[in-house]
Amino acid sequence: MSGVPAAARAPGAPDERAVPAFGVGVKFRFDQVRDRWVVLAPERLFIPDAPAVEILKLVDGQRSLGAIVDDLAGRFTAPRAQIATDVAAMLSDLADRGVVRL
Amino acid sequence: MSAAPPMGLLLELTHRCPLQCPYCSNPLALERAGVELGTDAWLQVLDQAAALGVLQVHFSGGEPTARKDLAVLVRRAAELQLYGNLITSGVLLDATMLAGLAEAGLDHVQLSFQDVEPTNADRIGGLAGGHARKLVAARLIREARLPLTLNFVIHRQNIARVPQMIGLAEALGAQRVEIAHVQYYGWGLVNRAALLPSRGELDGATAVVEAARERLKGRMNIDYVTPDYHAARPKSCMGGWARRFMNITPSGTALPCHAAETLPGLQFPSVTAMSLAEIWESSPGFMRFRGTEWMAEPCRSCDRREIDWGGCRCQAFALTGDAARTDPACALAPDHAMMAEAVAARGEAPPDFVYRRIGAAIGNS
Repeated sequence: MSGVPAAARAPGAPDERAVPAFGVGVKFRFDQVRDRWVVLAPERLFIPDAPAVEILKLVDGQRSLGAIVDDLAGRFTAPRAQIATDVAAMLSDLADRGVVRL
Repeated sequence: MSAAPPMGLLLELTHRCPLQCPYCSNPLALERAGVELGTDAWLQVLDQAAALGVLQVHFSGGEPTARKDLAVLVRRAAELQLYGNLITSGVLLDATMLAGLAEAGLDHVQLSFQDVEPTNADRIGGLAGGHARKLVAARLIREARLPLTLNFVIHRQNIARVPQMIGLAEALGAQRVEIAHVQYYGWGLVNRAALLPSRGELDGATAVVEAARERLKGRMNIDYVTPDYHAARPKSCMGGWARRFMNITPSGTALPCHAAETLPGLQFPSVTAMSLAEIWESSPGFMRFRGTEWMAEPCRSCDRREIDWGGCRCQAFALTGDAARTDPACALAPDHAMMAEAVAARGEAPPDFVYRRIGAAIGNS
């Protein structure tokens, strides 16, 4: 989740009260054959990396962005602010592509 | 070394179709209803596909809703956690059928349109009243709460109306719209002069799509497929030969792409004779152009050889007579000049269409 330029994060960063959900027609499931999590969408699919999988597992249309960050902050050693920035950047990118709604 | 498993499987359940689009992706030699696989054979294909690692199944045709057992197949795909996509013209859909498909677990519908202007749309599709039925189908798909993509195949006879096409997709509540230039093999190649846009027409459409993408970001996705004839680099056809996709014809022939049977000298097995896994991993037809070993120059030493995989084998054969040559779409290809020659030869006014009908194409006796 690194590599996102700081300038790209700040403007329009999603509110922590936002509740992310998968977009219409999008499915996130474990693929036994590849032993990987996969995101399936209309005419598209991709195989998210390990940090993205940890975030997407918490996207259920009920947890807020803030709650997702709290959960990850409780399990990983990075500072909460850093996790918040990374999670927001990744979900914003996926929202632009129609994979999640914020 | 065994090949990585395929991601997507396209089932041409039938070649029957009420439409006769002159750029149809089906082969010139259409298969008749009598040779179609039965329900049990298709169910077995789905079971084997899931075990092999397929993630998405496209129920296509012809017109897949002409098959009475479509909902049975959709249900099996859903049970296997395969992402089920219906690719349809919409003209045979009704509320009862859609409710059945939604209940069976269908994930998504791709609905084709030929134009936004009804008279021209019906002329291109070769079905009077077809456009009006598609508009009804779009409403019924949304009412069945199924995600909807609108697909527009564009060419010189409808390319001026790309803005209205995107507008129609918005108005009908689609999540996605595909603006796809005709791909020129099979029926599209037969009708090339009637369909090929000029450079100016292409650039105009591209600009419209780019502006709309910005405006609709996060609300509606636009997929845009460009035509090879104005390109400098070839498309990564099928994501590479036998790397990501498998296609099965109505009678059960397994192919690396829907046009692969046009290539001479290649044998493709039937799913009734061999398992999908055997076909994918070891059939000579699938292995023939997989990877980069088959390549000659300029592909062999090109730093894009694992980006575009040499372009399209079927286009290389159709235009040069040699399936192993570099796709003429590439500016580095020795045959690249033929693309510009085809554009120059398209003529001021488009010739009449050769409609997609059994026995209609020249040489298809």
